[in-house]
Amino acid sequence: MSYKVVHYINQFFANIGGEEMAHVAPELRDGFVGPGMALNTAWKGEAEIVKTIVCGDSYFAEHEADAKKQVLDWVKAEKPDMFIAGPAFNAGRYGYACATIANAVQEELGIPVLTGMYEENPGADLKNKVLIVATANSAAGMRKAAPAMAKLALKLMKGEKIGASAEEGYMPNGIRRNFFEKEVGAKRAVDMLVAKLSDKPYTTEYPMPSFDRVAPNKAIKDLSKATIALCTSGGIVPKGNPDHIESSSASHYGEYNIAGVDDLTAETYETAHGGYDPVYANADADRVLPVDILREMEKEGKIGKLHDFFYTTVGNGTSVANAKGFAAEYAQKLLKAGVHAVIMTST
Amino acid sequence: MVKEIERAGIPVVHMCTVTPISMTVGANRIVPTIAIPHPLGNPALTMEEEKAIRRKLVERALEALTTEVEDQTIFEV
Repeated sequence: MSYKVVHYINQFFANIGGEEMAHVAPELRDGFVGPGMALNTAWKGEAEIVKTIVCGDSYFAEHEADAKKQVLDWVKAEKPDMFIAGPAFNAGRYGYACATIANAVQEELGIPVLTGMYEENPGADLKNKVLIVATANSAAGMRKAAPAMAKLALKLMKGEKIGASAEEGYMPNGIRRNFFEKEVGAKRAVDMLVAKLSDKPYTTEYPMPSFDRVAPNKAIKDLSKATIALCTSGGIVPKGNPDHIESSSASHYGEYNIAGVDDLTAETYETAHGGYDPVYANADADRVLPVDILREMEKEGKIGKLHDFFYTTVGNGTSVANAKGFAAEYAQKLLKAGVHAVIMTST
Repeated sequence: MVKEIERAGIPVVHMCTVTPISMTVGANRIVPTIAIPHPLGNPALTMEEEKAIRRKLVERALEALTTEVEDQTIFEV
């Protein structure tokens, strides 16, 4: 007996039409439709698409709750071993629909799911929740995508352990899986360097996170009327680190009142940072957080005011997501307090 | 973190020693500092000299905050 699969595709891949037919409501068909054939072929009888659900991309986007309910009802009635959506390549609404519906099937019906799309497809935002095979950015990539999805789907249906994302071709989902490389690290690094120097393709084993950009804000017009706040990722805290900010991979930030403080001294402040030699900051924390100078300038009238609170955390090993969350939160506090500009220091 | 402050609508200057990281994380106003463990100080100097240098760096940071920028800009000291 072969495994039963329900496949979800959009109006385009079902040959109903393009954008002009994107409004069509979900429809249930027997057997495979369109790209389902490539999956069936790859399974060689071990698994088979029993039903195909076709739904217009705009319909799903505009009637998400209805579409979801309808699809879930059909899938539930079929009791398949696996639910596959797409691949959607770089079609945004289709990718969103595939990831969203796969996530719903997995969460509400407990059936294994798999989808596929291009890495920059907005649907790929759900890659930590739903297994997504990385594909090319156009349907021309079907020839590679279908076998990769079929292979991984079969493993899931058989309940086999799946390998690392690099081996199986799914998008990294934050779950680390150990495996043995064929070559030692030194050789892989040298091979990569040689490939890079000779302009040959190579794949990094440690991709850098991608950073978005924010346009600069308008400059301060009159410093003598401006409230300036100090923030740091250098871990400056009151002596004794009262909030126990971790020396690495910080889970929180500190907010400390410096109203009336003219100078940070070895007796009153220190650093919690575990990623640099703390001797200099512990002896004089102004070396990281220049409270002394800003207080002087406040007294001289060069700046309007040094904000009463400073915000601090330890940048060492702290995840981008955490750092982003900390600053997004205290930026709102700074705004509310009427702070005009911020000096952020990093070690 | 600088980006989240900027996103909230507050101009921000990043004072740091490793400016390429600052560029990568997307700071718009950047002032290069002295060294990783003491960005705004230099323990090899006397307290007075050190403070003078710190003041110069902070003044540069405030200058950056009063300067309109279109794109990521490093304000050399």
